[in-house]
Amino acid sequence: MFDKILIANRGEIACRVIKTAQKMGIKTVAIYSDADKQALHVKMADEAIHIGPPPANQSYIVIDKVMEAIRTSGAQAVHPGYGFLSENSKFAEALAAEGVAFVGPPVGAIESMGDKITSKKIAQEAGVSTVPGYMGLIEDADEAVKISNQIGYPVMLKASAGGGGKGMRIAWNDEEAREGFQSSKNEAANSFGDDRIFIEKFVTQPRHIEIQVLCDAHGNGIYLGERECSIQRRNQKVVEEAPSPFLDEATRKAMGEQAVSLAQAVGYTSAGTVEFIVDGDKNFYFLEMNTRLQVEHPVTELITNVDLVEQMIRVANGEPLSIAQSDVKLNGWAIENRLYAEDPYRGFLPSIGRLSRYRPPAEVVEEGHIVRNDTGVYEGGEISMFYDPMIAKLCTWAPTRAEAIEHMRNALDGFELEGIGHNLPFLSAVMDHPIFISGDMTTAFIEEQYPDGFQGVELPADTLRRIAAASAAMHRVAEIRRTRVSGRMDNHERRVGGDWVVTLQGEEFAVKIAADPEGSTVEFADGTHKRVTSNWTPGDQLAELQVDGDALVLKVGKIPGGFRIRSRGADLKVHVRTPRQAELAALMPEKVAPDTSKLLLCPMPGLIVKVDVAVGDEVQEGQALCTVEAMKMENILRAEKKGVVSKVNATAGDSLAVDDVIIEFE
Amino acid sequence: MKDILSELEDRRDAARLGGGQRRIDAQHGRGKLTARERIELLLDEDSFEEFDMFKAHRCTDFGMEEDRPAGDGVVTGWGTINGRMVYVFSQDFTVFGGSLSETHAEKICKIMDMAVQNGAPVIGINDSGGARIQEGVASLAGYAEVFQRNIMASGVVPQISVIMGPCAGGAVYSPAMTDFIFMVKDTSYMFVTGPDVVKTVTNEVVTAEELGGASTHTKKSSVADGAFENDVEALAEVRRLVDFLPLNNREKPPVRPFFDEPGRIEDSLDTLIPENPNSPYDMKELITKVADEGDFYEIQEDYAKNIITGFIRLEGQTVGVVANQPMVLAGCLDIDSSRKAARFVRFCDCFEIPILTLVDVPGFLPGTSQEYGGVIKHGAKLLFAYGEATVPKVTVITRKAYGGAYDVMASKHLRGDFNYAWPTAEIAVMGAKGATEIIHRADLGDAEKIAAHTADYEDRFANPFVAAEKGFIDEVIQPRSTRRRVSRAFASLRNKKLENPWKKHDNIPL
Repeated sequence: MFDKILIANRGEIACRVIKTAQKMGIKTVAIYSDADKQALHVKMADEAIHIGPPPANQSYIVIDKVMEAIRTSGAQAVHPGYGFLSENSKFAEALAAEGVAFVGPPVGAIESMGDKITSKKIAQEAGVSTVPGYMGLIEDADEAVKISNQIGYPVMLKASAGGGGKGMRIAWNDEEAREGFQSSKNEAANSFGDDRIFIEKFVTQPRHIEIQVLCDAHGNGIYLGERECSIQRRNQKVVEEAPSPFLDEATRKAMGEQAVSLAQAVGYTSAGTVEFIVDGDKNFYFLEMNTRLQVEHPVTELITNVDLVEQMIRVANGEPLSIAQSDVKLNGWAIENRLYAEDPYRGFLPSIGRLSRYRPPAEVVEEGHIVRNDTGVYEGGEISMFYDPMIAKLCTWAPTRAEAIEHMRNALDGFELEGIGHNLPFLSAVMDHPIFISGDMTTAFIEEQYPDGFQGVELPADTLRRIAAASAAMHRVAEIRRTRVSGRMDNHERRVGGDWVVTLQGEEFAVKIAADPEGSTVEFADGTHKRVTSNWTPGDQLAELQVDGDALVLKVGKIPGGFRIRSRGADLKVHVRTPRQAELAALMPEKVAPDTSKLLLCPMPGLIVKVDVAVGDEVQEGQALCTVEAMKMENILRAEKKGVVSKVNATAGDSLAVDDVIIEFE
Repeated sequence: MKDILSELEDRRDAARLGGGQRRIDAQHGRGKLTARERIELLLDEDSFEEFDMFKAHRCTDFGMEEDRPAGDGVVTGWGTINGRMVYVFSQDFTVFGGSLSETHAEKICKIMDMAVQNGAPVIGINDSGGARIQEGVASLAGYAEVFQRNIMASGVVPQISVIMGPCAGGAVYSPAMTDFIFMVKDTSYMFVTGPDVVKTVTNEVVTAEELGGASTHTKKSSVADGAFENDVEALAEVRRLVDFLPLNNREKPPVRPFFDEPGRIEDSLDTLIPENPNSPYDMKELITKVADEGDFYEIQEDYAKNIITGFIRLEGQTVGVVANQPMVLAGCLDIDSSRKAARFVRFCDCFEIPILTLVDVPGFLPGTSQEYGGVIKHGAKLLFAYGEATVPKVTVITRKAYGGAYDVMASKHLRGDFNYAWPTAEIAVMGAKGATEIIHRADLGDAEKIAAHTADYEDRFANPFVAAEKGFIDEVIQPRSTRRRVSRAFASLRNKKLENPWKKHDNIPL
């Protein structure tokens, strides 16, 4: 076995690989850029080597620098993680040239799977089901229309070198095919310098399901079941699970066998993933093969109990697979939620900055319940602008899908994250979405269910009552503590009563609390009860309660005169008042939020670098209005619609807070 | 006999109705509560004891003798907030628009006298159209009687004003002399002269809200210390503030049970200071991570944001915090921030509230507007306030402590009891670049030499150890253990005794 392995990556995946290497008794070497001096992977590794400035193209993906680090450290093998150099055949070649083991597939496999057209051809030859389409060079729009008709609409026009949705068009008729061809071609030329376009059948009700394969250098190959990755936003996976709630055993087997035969057709070794698109009738078509460890590999590990990183290292060390296909048993259900530093309330705008609070839920391994959190950050760490905005991958496992989802809901509720915008509430919303719960989702789920973005969550009646009962019980405890302040008038102390009115999400619940040493019984006006127990004390920002025996996890904050409570994706203002206080509070006018449609508000705290418009200017939609520098990034703010500037409140050099008004329109 | 007893109840009922149901409804219609409802929300349930419920005015001019409502437009008395005694007056807008008459003033004066005698805070709820014009000079005299008592009570018992309606003309000067002023957004305003007079005299067109609303006074004028959405929220938060304050200047600040570990280690503070010395960070993170339960009651949150003032608790006991905020103007001192912090420091010193000072200050803000505005004297206020304060003073320098601003920010030389520095502290006359350019003026043309000199200077002075060698810093501490160190420091100072020489009073540069 290797003595020392270098991880040519950063963030959670570097930490993930280090963990397994440590378990195997292998020394680890981290590499880091200037921006990652304090990063977790650097702290975890036995050695760390600095490789350059923050941008990845000056550090993590500069092959020479990584090679230099390998030489300096004397590492015998390199794990590339995902992204960066993981699918770079030149890097694999460079390693081979110096006799360093690459923990990944051979150069040839990387190359042949790296090109969309080539990989599809190989797949067809290997008997893998592919999307009907035309792989040849398409001369002009007329030919594109002709081919589209042969395949049958709807069709998709795709750039050969494409990715990330660029150079991609869907056509439902001749006219759209004609237009789509031209625009994909232009976009492809501009984005990739390669304007080759191919056309294929557009799959309706598509689901993204992928097969994990594992092959050794001795001709053995197995598949480790599938992962369902249909919940995506702009081709970025958000929620993954294994197994897929959609596949039956026969389809799984067919997909698995095809995936293995494709891998073996290209002489694949190591772990790899064959991605399929699956339509509503369980027809599956090969999409592409990722010749690396996938981000979402933990869900496979959780249901197969196979450490994929360990297997990759063993394969790279030349060992034959110790697992045969018949040993692979899919056990239970695993779900992964990706936490991104993206603000769901602001159109998923990336958010960067300091994690002033980062307390993930406790990792659990017990009968019927696993919580696993793969992360590369820590409280006080930084989410930098230079890299992927992923904060953590939170996974739960349970014997059934429903239980795994329930564990995930609680784990998300217990995830404390402050200082930056993040998608926790959105993930909670997905976990409670009926389509997700039914398992009946397609890759269009987010687009279709959240067409106008994410506006928060309306909690259902019972959840509200549970939170109301918990809030009343917590408020009572907090109020009793307040009466214990020094300097009281003896014999005239305040007595805290049992009658309370809780308002939240526009609803009001009158309750009566009967407290005993074990907890509180909260009686609602309709005579129903909820039993609340917890060890919450005033000031705790996380309340882990039991309401009628079921877990309820709340993030508890302060707002003037009340609590801010976050749970299940909702962000609530909760007030608990005595009946008389509530009666008076009801007299207070509802304040309407000011109309901000004619204002340009500062989206983040920052410094005004320049203002491009003056009073009286007519601006067009999309026109630059001003530039705000935040965290050393210049953000150009643009007009959302046509208008005339009536007032400019800021000049260059002003430092502004979030929602400060920069420009007003007529 | 029974009739006599029931007559009392009838009279009480009439008095409680103030200006009558129609006016009460009108008050509610404006989004405001009545004087009595406000007292209910301010005080513990059923704790209010009223004085002078039947007091009526003595005016006989302009037909006033025909209308002598019981209570005369103000409700006064005492009660408790979480069991601790406070005196309260609440002006009743439904009776003559809450206008202040001679007798109305007498009621306020009575409870203020008792408050000073019995050592309990005074909370005034202001909702008044102003002087009772029919009474003429008697009304003005009433104001002045109140003013005089505000002055006498200042520094003896905490005084809090809550502006919940109009407060104009001479009336503003009573709240102005109290310790804290809170306002309610959209329904309260304060000004010396109203929009009509302003228009006549200066031709400026301005609304009452723009001239003296909550936003104006919390952001521009600094007259108010905080603003709230409505009456209910404002009174709940005033209760929260009272929980922090001692009842009088003879008592220690209150202590209450706390659910936090005094020795709590916060590893994340080790990375609070950014690598780049010119990058900002949020000082409030340090404050909330040091505080018990992360609870911070900020005073003047929206004004002079380059300095932060407010209350926290350490081991359950109130501590006043003054902290430079690197996020705004790099945390420098200027006229506004010096005034804001000076007043806060003096409040703490009056009432025996220990002061924690967190320092990251690059100096005083340069510029003509500052010099013309008298930054010399305003800056001196903060210096003076710190220097005269005899309460326990603990200071933590997190990063920059440059120049005169170092001296000002509760330095050792101003009788700081514990002066700590983080390893990231830089205590120097100025930044390395500026210093080098003065010391090595001869090499100014040679960029290379200057760079070398700057590096030398940084090595020598951009750290806390030079100051520590001289004893100006008592100890260099790990950021993560700040809460533990600071808590223990204050614990050791619980019996601190320090007195200034006898004087009639000092002459702070006002």
